[in-house]
Amino acid sequence: MLDRIKKAQEIMEAACKTLGRQVNIMEVCGTHTVSIFRNGIKSALPDRLKLLSGPGCPVCVTDQSYIDTVLQLADRDDCVIATYGDMIRVPGKGGSLETKPRANVKVVLSSEDALQLAKDNPNKNVVFVAVGFETTAPATAVVVKEASEQGIDNFYILSGHKLVVPAMRALLSAKNNNIDAFLCPGHVSVIIGYGAFAEIVEDFGRPCVVAGFEPMQIIEGLAEICRQLSAGKAELKSVYTAVVTEQGNTAAQKIIAECFEPADGYWRGLGKIEKSTLKLKDRYSRFDALKRFGLAEIPGEERKGCRCGEVLCGLIEPPQCSLFERTCTPEEPVGACMVSSEGACAAWFKYGRRKRREQ
Amino acid sequence: MCLAIPARIIELDKDIAVVDAMGNRFKAKTTLLPEAGIGNLVLIHAGFAISLVNEEEAKKTCDLIEEINKFQDTPNRISG
Repeated sequence: MLDRIKKAQEIMEAACKTLGRQVNIMEVCGTHTVSIFRNGIKSALPDRLKLLSGPGCPVCVTDQSYIDTVLQLADRDDCVIATYGDMIRVPGKGGSLETKPRANVKVVLSSEDALQLAKDNPNKNVVFVAVGFETTAPATAVVVKEASEQGIDNFYILSGHKLVVPAMRALLSAKNNNIDAFLCPGHVSVIIGYGAFAEIVEDFGRPCVVAGFEPMQIIEGLAEICRQLSAGKAELKSVYTAVVTEQGNTAAQKIIAECFEPADGYWRGLGKIEKSTLKLKDRYSRFDALKRFGLAEIPGEERKGCRCGEVLCGLIEPPQCSLFERTCTPEEPVGACMVSSEGACAAWFKYGRRKRREQ
Repeated sequence: MCLAIPARIIELDKDIAVVDAMGNRFKAKTTLLPEAGIGNLVLIHAGFAISLVNEEEAKKTCDLIEEINKFQDTPNRISG
């Protein structure tokens, strides 16, 4: 194992030397971010290899307007909000879901639990807070189909589902051109297949390598990227061979396509991105909470002083935000990147403190 | 949020499975993985099986973890 780490380090050193400058690799997955910090991976990398945490945490990239809409619905007596636990503490106008009446907010572990809640509460409108990337979207599609087949008429979803590849395109096109390569998300790739990143390789000439979440997977993924950079190449590759294939899960892709269609949508930090979100198709639009409750999607305003947007684009690191650790902490978060345990700010707060104290 | 865990399918009735993850048994659906069968090791995310796990490949990771654990027990390691 040590030999493998050493070999990987040599490849990374060589890339920094060949390029003669700082090498910026962005991970686009919150689970990678946490693993990188928890396992101290940065300390094993050359000084000139920089890891940037991109828009890979679904909670972090969820636009403020979505949060405010959820909170608005949570105030209604006729609604019950069913949500994954990740969203419960995200602050918005007038608090967070945690501060709303207990009876109106239920944490679920699966979309199936949300549908069951609707069946168990026929006198309430159950709204499922459907956030997440392609990994999570198929689970929402399954229950929308089930609700339709079973004639459930008090179940709605507020789709905040997002697509990873359009965000990577938007980042490179408009926000941050200094990204040399991407460490691509493992479980999103289980669904979409590593082949889905081919357009980033072809259109932007950036290496895209899918890795799993064990430290050695991440280190070998980074080494593969560096091998390509040294050779002046950009290729598509997966080192997460236990579960990721080139085509991905076609049954899951099919059910997403059956229920949803890509639509333009807002991302925190990245603004409006063309065809980057999933909207229910017309045949399932009766399950759309926005339509049912007559709500409009408007861009949200970020909270004053919060620089989550720049963090998500890899333009700054969390300690460069003046709120970080001062007024924004995991106990009292101002921005979404501090709320989610997978957010870059929360990871810096939790794992970066000792290092900063030592400096 | 995209966390997923490997678990083995113990029982299967249509698309409702009972899976075992390190001794913990719970229900999961195989709607998104119609090819899954009893005895398969699958990846579970938010209550759904999303992929078969290639056991040969997964074993390499497990072996590595084992190696790291053994290494941590050796007296010569540099502790920090």
